[in-house]
Amino acid sequence: MSYPTEESLSLRPAAYPGISSAQKLYIALGVIALLISGLNMAGKFLPPDLSLWLAVGLVSISVIGYAVSMYQGKQAGIKNNYVYSSSLTRRGTIAWVLTLVITAFYVLLYFFPSLLGFSDSGNTGFIALFDPLSQWISLKPASQWFVYGCLYTLAILLFGVKFLLKYKGNRYQQLRTGSVMFFQLCFAFIIPEVLERLNQPAMDLKNMWPLNYYFFFDWHLDQLRAAGNPGLIMLAWGILMILVISPVLTYFYGKRWYCSWVCGCGGLAETAGDPFRHLSDNSQSAWRIERWVLYPVLIFVLLMTAAVLWTYITGQESILFLNSYAIREWYGFLIGAIFSGVIGVGFYPLFGPRVWCRFGCPMAAILGIQQKYFSRFRISTNGGQCISCGNCSTYCEMGIDVRHYAQQGKNIVRASCVGCGICADVCPRGVLKLENGSVDLHSKSAL
Amino acid sequence: MYVYMGHMRFKDTKPYEDGFWEKNNIRLVQDLITDIAFEQKTLFGQSGTEYTYDQLVIATGSSPQTLDVEGENLEGVTGFHSLQDLSFIEASSKSHTKAVIVGGGLIGIELAEMFHSRNIPVTHLVRENRYAASSLSTEESAILNPHIKDHGIDLRFQSEVIKINGTEDGKVKSVTTQKGEEINSDLVCIAIGVKPNVRWLFDSGLEINAGILVDEYLQTNIPDVFAIGDCAELRHPGPGRKSIEPVWYTGRMMGETVAKTICLQKTKYDPGIWFNSAKFFAIEYQCYGEVLPEHSAKQKAIFWQDSKQEKSIRICYTDSGVTGFSVLGIRLRQRVCEKWIQLHYPVEKVLEDLELAFFNPEFSVSYGDKIRAVYQSMTGVHLQTKRNRGYNSIYRFLKHENAQTP
Ligand SMILES: Cc1cc2nc3c(=O)[nH]c(=O)nc-3n(C[C@H](O)[C@H](O)[C@H](O)COP(=O)(O)OP(=O)(O)OC[C@H]3O[C@@H](n4cnc5c(N)ncnc54)[C@H](O)[C@@H]3O)c2cc1C
Ligand code: SF4
Ligand code: SF4
Repeated sequence: MSYPTEESLSLRPAAYPGISSAQKLYIALGVIALLISGLNMAGKFLPPDLSLWLAVGLVSISVIGYAVSMYQGKQAGIKNNYVYSSSLTRRGTIAWVLTLVITAFYVLLYFFPSLLGFSDSGNTGFIALFDPLSQWISLKPASQWFVYGCLYTLAILLFGVKFLLKYKGNRYQQLRTGSVMFFQLCFAFIIPEVLERLNQPAMDLKNMWPLNYYFFFDWHLDQLRAAGNPGLIMLAWGILMILVISPVLTYFYGKRWYCSWVCGCGGLAETAGDPFRHLSDNSQSAWRIERWVLYPVLIFVLLMTAAVLWTYITGQESILFLNSYAIREWYGFLIGAIFSGVIGVGFYPLFGPRVWCRFGCPMAAILGIQQKYFSRFRISTNGGQCISCGNCSTYCEMGIDVRHYAQQGKNIVRASCVGCGICADVCPRGVLKLENGSVDLHSKSAL
Repeated sequence: MYVYMGHMRFKDTKPYEDGFWEKNNIRLVQDLITDIAFEQKTLFGQSGTEYTYDQLVIATGSSPQTLDVEGENLEGVTGFHSLQDLSFIEASSKSHTKAVIVGGGLIGIELAEMFHSRNIPVTHLVRENRYAASSLSTEESAILNPHIKDHGIDLRFQSEVIKINGTEDGKVKSVTTQKGEEINSDLVCIAIGVKPNVRWLFDSGLEINAGILVDEYLQTNIPDVFAIGDCAELRHPGPGRKSIEPVWYTGRMMGETVAKTICLQKTKYDPGIWFNSAKFFAIEYQCYGEVLPEHSAKQKAIFWQDSKQEKSIRICYTDSGVTGFSVLGIRLRQRVCEKWIQLHYPVEKVLEDLELAFFNPEFSVSYGDKIRAVYQSMTGVHLQTKRNRGYNSIYRFLKHENAQTP
C-alpha cells in the first residue's frame, strides 16, 4: 500500500520569504553582543562591567527588537505561517547548527568549564564577564553555575517577552508566561544568590525533588542541618512541597501548575523553545518510547534516593552489591547533566522543547501519574465541533495526539499533558478547553 | 490550507496514522470506480480490478460548483476542493503574482488567507453586498468586512463574474464582472459552493435528484446500498434542516449511523441540533441551532458586539424559546447551547445563565453582563446571574435539568 507524500503532490514547503532588514539589524546586534563576549574571552579589551552590560543590553535589544518587528501591529491570532518552511523551524541547516552550538556549550559548561575561563584562582574569558554581577549580588566571583543561571534567566525573560507579544490577546498564555518569568527570576535566580550572600544554603525554593535530585543527598542535608533554623525550615518546606503542596495543587489543577507555570525547565521550553514545539513527534511509536524511557528514569531516581538515604542513615555505603555513591554519580552524569541539560536543551531545534520533560523528568512522571488518576484536570472537547484538521496534535509540545481524542468527542486526560494550552489556542474551531472539574461533562454515562 | 501556509505537513492532516487502517482490518485501495453493477453487487475500477460487496456505502463527496461562463476551462482557473487543486495552487503560487477569488463563503475566505500568507495580492469578488450573507447577519458581516480588508484583501461586493478572458495560448488573463470591470490575474479560484459528485451514477439505477436520494436510514432505493456525506440527499430532512448539508460534521454523523446499521443495530440518522463553525482569518465563528441572516417579528434576536475586539454574540429566539446562537470571536459550549435549544428555554433564562455556555480559555473576560445590558436596553428587563458558573454548575445543568423543561 502506498500513500501519497508531500513530494508526489508538489506540496513541498514554500520558500521562506526571508526576514526584513530591521530583523537583520537585530540579528546583527545579537552577533555583536556575542563578539563582545568573545573579545572578553580573547583578552580584556573593554572594562569588565562595561562589556557585560553592553553584551546583555545588545542581546536584549536584539531579541526584543526582533520580536517586536515580528508581531508589532499585527492582529492577535495564531502566527504559524512558514513554520514548516523556515530552515530554523523545520530541522534545516540552521537548526542543526544551532543544535551543535547549544550542545557544545552545554558540554563545555558541564564538563570543561575551564575552557570557558572558569578557574578557582581567578576567572578569565567568558566566565569572567560575569564576575562583576556575581560580586555585586553575592560578593564572590562567578562560578560556571552562576553564568548558567544568568544566561538561563535572561533567555526565559527575553523569549518570554517574545512569547507575550506572540500570544497577545490570550490571558491564559499571558498569565502563565508572566508566572514562569517571575519564578525563574525570583525563585531560581535572585533568592538563592541573596541567600548565599547571607551565608545561608542557596536553595531554589520551587525546585522540588525528584527534579531536584540532590535534595536528599548527604551534603545537601548536612548543609541544611548546619544552617540552623533557616536550613530546617527549608528542609521542612521541601518535604511539605513533595507530600502536601504538590499533591493538592495537582489534584485541583493538574500538573500544569508546576510544569508550565512554575518550573524552570518548563519555563525555558515554553519561551525559548516555543518556535520548536511542533517538532515533538506525535506518533504512536514515540509514545511507546516515552513510556519505556520515562518510567525507568523515575525508578532510577527512586532507587538512587533510597540508596543515598540508606547510606545517610546507616552509614553503610553499599547495598547488596551496589555502591550508593556510584549510583548517584551515574544519575548525576547521565540524567542530571546529559539528559536534562545537553540533550534536553541542546536538541530543542530537532525534537522540540520538551524532550527532557517528556522522556526524562521523573517529577513530570509522578505528577503525570497523579494527573491521570487523581486529578480534576482535563482538556474538554466541545461536542462534535472537531474537524480533524490536526493543528492541535501538530503543536502539542508533548507529542500528544490530541486530535485522536477530539475527533471522537472524547476529553483528553493524559499523563504527559503539561497544560500549556497551545492546542486549545491553535484549534481553529474552538474545540478544546483546559478545565478542572471532578466529573466528566462529556461522557454519556456521567450525565 | 494549513499545509499551504506552512503550519503543518501533509501527513499531519491525516486523521489517523497510516498504520491505522491495516491494524483495524480496513483495506485501503486507491482506484477510481467507473461503473457499478448493483445486481451483481460489483464495482468496476479504472485499474481493471473488480470489487464485490455485501453492503455498499457511497461517499464520493462533492465537486465544486461551476460558474457556467465563458472561459472557465482556461489554464489557471481552478476550484479549491481536492488535494490536486491544492497542488495546483501551490505550484501556481511560485509563478503567479496575483489571484482572483470568486465567492464570498467559507472556502473563499480560506483561499484569501492562504494567498495572504504568501503575500500574493488578492481581489476577492462577492456576489452579495456583504461577506457570508447566507449565514451571517448584516452586523456580523460588518465585523468581518474590515477585518478581511485589514489583511490587504481587495474585497469587492456585488461583483459577479460574467466572463473569463484568456491569452492566445489558452491561459487565463483576466475576469470581467457584470459591472464591466476587467480585473487582470493569471490565477482565478472559483469557490461558489459545491454540488454532489454523482454525475457518474446518473444511469446506474440509483435514484438521484441533486444528490443520491436516501431515506432516514441513509439507504438508497437499491437494497444494501447506502449513501452518505456530501453526495447524499435526504428525502425527508428534519424540520429546519436542508436535504443536502455538505459539511464535515454531518458526513461524520452519517458515517457513524451507517456503521451502526451495518453492524446490525439499525439506526436512524439523527443529526441533532444544527451546528457549524469556521474561521475568517483570525476571527472564529460558531453557530448552533437556527439562526437566520435576517430577523423578523417571528424570529427575534439580541445582538451584542465589541467591534474593536471583533467579537459578537447573537441569540435568536421566538416566543416559544431560543432557537439559535451565532458568535464571532467567542467560543460556546455545544452541549449547553444544544440543550437550551432542544428544550426551548426562554430567552431570559438563557441570558441569566449565559456563563454556563462560555468556552473561552480560562481567565478570559466574560461577556454575560454586556449582553444582558443589551437586553435591558431593548426590553427594560433587568437580568442578573444567580449562580456560580463553575464546572460543577455546568454539570448540574446538563445532568439535572433534563426533566424539568421550563
Ligand atoms: C476547502 C474546503 C474546506 C472545508 N472546510 C470545512 C470546514 O471547515 N468545516 C466543515 O464542516 N466542512 C468543511 N468542508 C466540507 C467538508 O470537507 C466536506 O463536507 C466533507 O469532506 C465531505 O465528506 P465526504 O466523505 O462526503 O466527501 P469527501 O471528503 O469529498 O470524499 C469523497 C472521496 O470520494 C472519492 N471519490 C469520488 N468519486 C470517486 C469514484 N468514482 N471512485 C472512487 N473514489 C471516488 C474522492 O476522491 C474522495 O476521496 C470543506 C470543504 C472544502 C473543499
Ligand atoms: S495536550 Fe495541549 S495543553 Fe497538553 S501539553 Fe499538549 S498542547 Fe499543551
Ligand atoms: S485543532 Fe481543533 S478542529 Fe483541529 S483536530 Fe484539533 S481539536 Fe479538531
